[in-house]
Amino acid sequence: MVDVLYFAWVRERIGLPKEQVETSAATVRDLVAELCAREERYAAAFADLDSLRVALDQDLTDFDAPLAGVREVAFFPPMTGG
Amino acid sequence: MTVRVQEEPFDFGVEANAFATGRTDAGAVVTFTGIVRDLARGDLDRMVIEHYPGMTERALEKIEADARARWDLRDVLIIHRYGAMGPGDMIMMVATASPHRVDAFEAAEFLMDFLKSRAPFWKKEITQSGEEWVASKAEDEDALSRW
Repeated sequence: MVDVLYFAWVRERIGLPKEQVETSAATVRDLVAELCAREERYAAAFADLDSLRVALDQDLTDFDAPLAGVREVAFFPPMTGG
Repeated sequence: MTVRVQEEPFDFGVEANAFATGRTDAGAVVTFTGIVRDLARGDLDRMVIEHYPGMTERALEKIEADARARWDLRDVLIIHRYGAMGPGDMIMMVATASPHRVDAFEAAEFLMDFLKSRAPFWKKEITQSGEEWVASKAEDEDALSRW
């Protein structure tokens, strides 16, 4: 079970900020495929992975990163701080 | 070394003075302040900044530690707001203190470059006609390569 968090327009498209997901996905990319298979709103949010960023346990990483031992996955658009 | 992520406004004068006053170890203090800019049409009602509590503080602390490893810094201050703010409101500030100005200037630029695209903040602009997430700019990502 992992906590999956969504921010900015990813949160708006999926319609919730956070959920718990039961998954045996090996990588972030596999988890995205599982989510997209669930409902159209996930497929819409994850349509273009180049326009998304992912963090595992609050560290930025990439979509091929392994999920073993991870407690928190977050998806969001490129950051616009400053 | 201070990192603050807060919803409430900050007083730039008070913060800059407190940071720069009473130092004998640093001959140079540089500050930068980011302000909500109105849209070209002049119709920005407000900007709302969302962030990722927990990761935000971690990311800012890492950026700050990277700057300290690279330049001779005696102190660093980063304040970044989230929530709703209007045109002209201050969003964030950084301050660096160093024995020498080149280190203070370069470190402040480095902090700003990384803060823009490596700290988990997202800006949304709200006008009478709707709302839109601010898109990241390719040049902000390119700016990181010079470091």
